[in-house]
Amino acid sequence: MNAAAINCLPSPGLALRRRWASRGMTMLMGACAVVVMAPLFLVIYFLLREGASALDWNFFTQLPKPTGEVGGGMANAIVGTLELLGMAALIGVPIGVMGGVYLSEYGSDRVNNWIRFAADVLNGVPSIVWGMVVYALLVIPFKTFSAYAGGVALGLMMVPLVMRTTEEVLILVPQSYREAGLALGIARWKIITVIVVKTALKGIVTGVLVALARVAGETAPLLFTALGNSFWNRNLGQPIAALPLQIFSYSISPYDDWHRQAWAGALVLMLLILGLNIFVRVLSRGKSAAS
Amino acid sequence: MVQTAPLPVSSSASTVRPSAPASKPPPAVPVDDLPAFDIQGFSLWYGSRQALYDVSIRIPARQVTAIIGPSGCGKSTCLRALNRMHELTPGTRIVGSLRLFGDDLYASGIDPAYVRRRVGMVFQKSNPFPTMSIEENVLVGLRLNGVRDRAFLQERLEESLRMSALWDEVKDVLNRPGTSLSGGQQQRLCIARALAVQPEVLLMDEPCSALDPIATAKIEELIQLLRERFTVVIVTHNMQQAARCSDRTAFFYMGKLIEYAATREIFTNPANPQTEAYVSGRFG
Amino acid sequence: MSPLPRPTTPGAGILPVSPRWPDRSFRWLALLAALSIVALIVLVGWELYAGAALAVKKFGVGFLGSSDWNPVTDKYGALPFIFGTLVSSVIALLIAVPLGVATALFLTEMAPVRMRQPVITVIEMLAAVPSVIFGLWGVFVLVPWLRDHVFQWFKHTLGFLPLFKGPIYGPSMLAAGVVVAIMILPIITSVSREILRSVPNLQREAAYALGATHWEVIRIAVLSYARRGLFGAAVLGLGRALGETMAVTMVIGNRPDISASLFAPGYTLASVVANEFTEATTDVYLSALFELGLVLVALTIVINAIAQLMLRTLAGPGSGKVM
Repeated sequence: MNAAAINCLPSPGLALRRRWASRGMTMLMGACAVVVMAPLFLVIYFLLREGASALDWNFFTQLPKPTGEVGGGMANAIVGTLELLGMAALIGVPIGVMGGVYLSEYGSDRVNNWIRFAADVLNGVPSIVWGMVVYALLVIPFKTFSAYAGGVALGLMMVPLVMRTTEEVLILVPQSYREAGLALGIARWKIITVIVVKTALKGIVTGVLVALARVAGETAPLLFTALGNSFWNRNLGQPIAALPLQIFSYSISPYDDWHRQAWAGALVLMLLILGLNIFVRVLSRGKSAAS
Repeated sequence: MVQTAPLPVSSSASTVRPSAPASKPPPAVPVDDLPAFDIQGFSLWYGSRQALYDVSIRIPARQVTAIIGPSGCGKSTCLRALNRMHELTPGTRIVGSLRLFGDDLYASGIDPAYVRRRVGMVFQKSNPFPTMSIEENVLVGLRLNGVRDRAFLQERLEESLRMSALWDEVKDVLNRPGTSLSGGQQQRLCIARALAVQPEVLLMDEPCSALDPIATAKIEELIQLLRERFTVVIVTHNMQQAARCSDRTAFFYMGKLIEYAATREIFTNPANPQTEAYVSGRFG
Repeated sequence: MSPLPRPTTPGAGILPVSPRWPDRSFRWLALLAALSIVALIVLVGWELYAGAALAVKKFGVGFLGSSDWNPVTDKYGALPFIFGTLVSSVIALLIAVPLGVATALFLTEMAPVRMRQPVITVIEMLAAVPSVIFGLWGVFVLVPWLRDHVFQWFKHTLGFLPLFKGPIYGPSMLAAGVVVAIMILPIITSVSREILRSVPNLQREAAYALGATHWEVIRIAVLSYARRGLFGAAVLGLGRALGETMAVTMVIGNRPDISASLFAPGYTLASVVANEFTEATTDVYLSALFELGLVLVALTIVINAIAQLMLRTLAGPGSGKVM
């Protein structure tokens, strides 16, 4: 009986070969994973190697020097990026969160499916297109590039991002909390704002920060809206500098000192974005009340 | 209609009663003799699925009424219809009338929120709000409904917690999160939260199904205290519980009210063979 | 029998009657915010179309097939840019899809459990790196390295193919393809991972029960089951690749030529807009750029919609409404 069973099996040689093939594929896939991860480490390595030496006090406090002169900094671009992010948040967060509330708390499945679909499609619209749209929407009518236009471009990009993440975390809030609120005769909007949104607040903040981190590095939507500026922006109706813009224009310039500063700017931008991402990770690691 | 169940005429006697005309003028009887709920010819659909069939029942005030029946029999649906909570499920439809102390709860222009302030509810699983302290949990119904008076809030806080037999256990830790309490305490906190808005009726949807026997005993004790001031309607799948703590019991089966009578009648001398089969444990 | 007293304090009495308009306006506000998504799509379409109207009128359908791009004579055509966009995206997909799917397989089926989360985190961080930083790194590090090593190797071994003929500059279609591949790897990996994770364990167990080795299980049970979803992941990656702007602009060489050689510089729809938009001196020039934007958006929306539909039907009915 045993012998008969063994006879049915393929030869030991084949079994061995199959096992080795399996092991070989595992190694190959692992190697692919290493290749996929490598660019992050390489980018960070070069940012540190090339950028860290150019980071000094002047970089954070001074304006860019005129073409060809050595020295100067990106103080205006750092501040400009923060201002643009602030304006983007003013547009993207309220609309995105309210839209997420609608998707999760009201609305019919059919309408919601369409809106979700539209949001996902919108998330895939290339960022440069937002620049063109806002150019046509704000720059042409007001006849000037402006910080406002840049903020609007980034803000509009944030809307679908924030909307989807808000919806996802609101759906995780157990239905029983809404029922408990309703059974107390509390108006629905108060239940949503005071109980549901508050319960999911951590998740919503996480989503907002992720969206901010995403648009913080965007260059394309700013090219023809915020435009860039070598000086301080004293009026949001005027062009404003931004880190990604400055990195772009410096890195395609022919000057070594500007290349050096582009690396330094990229390092700062990367730290800002990685910092936001790591903060989000720490934040969401803590126990989520919604789960 | 296959409804053959004996239906009560008033809160004290249980005799067979022909179904009353659906549209009756506001009753001329003194307010105090009104049943808490007077339900006539009530049917309910979830989309195309009918969940309740022509239910007529009068639930007396200041008594404990238990609703029993096998799962899926419509007992929870019936309970949720009492404060219009079933409307959270999209696509529900009702016919018939449902009056609370003579007021039609389904009249057009009635805000469901108004109904739910008069008819409070406690759920199967305790659900204190996780972002709020014990105190905030109890007072949330008042605060979010616009009550600002501090002295009044304080008074309601203590009274509600005392009524739900929780005051002595939590009076020193009112600022701790509501979710820091044990399961049974959380359920009593939810009862306190429901009582704080001073409803006329308290609905309880299997309030003990997630609790251990000791916590269950406490809640049952509490229900005995509550009936002195409130009307309580409790849904339970536990027949011993219905027998222990209710004055009257309604038996539902397949969306129909089969029998409604004094609890002792139901458990010792049921009029309907289906009721008998159920209470003697032969199905369900 | 004594009459039953009513409850001492009827609840409805103690609470102020709240008006219903706040509830209604809140709901309307939320609906408005949700509908803003639709408004945004309309806005994008309308603004691009309005901007492109002049060029559409002047060049007609021929715009898409013409390879003229001459601001001096004010003659414009989209072909070199469509070509460059498609070629660089296809190169990116050819690199990124196998790598991404392999990594996803490694993460869901093979890697030790403790190793998975760190790898996933690294890949998510990779997704967070801004395009302009990849461009900077590409210009100063990656492209010179590719030029001096990889491209030379291709030229020596595969130089008989037209794809690998011609002088090597560095900035080129191939360089852009490599950079875009790096940028779309995170999304392809993470979507593939989701797809693979949704393969029921029953599939795997059935294959194991037949005595299959680990790799055979993956090939027979997992990959064949997940094939359609992985295709959806690739399409989604394509959608992203088409619209990549900054990094591509910095490494593709920016020349509107159609060349068989992958070593030759090229131009994409997005990068020509990025480079020339603020320099557009005539109305027709600007309008032609808008039309390129319109073509780009049409391409990406169609591709994204296809990807979403493929992934959505796969995932079944999405997260439903709760309340």
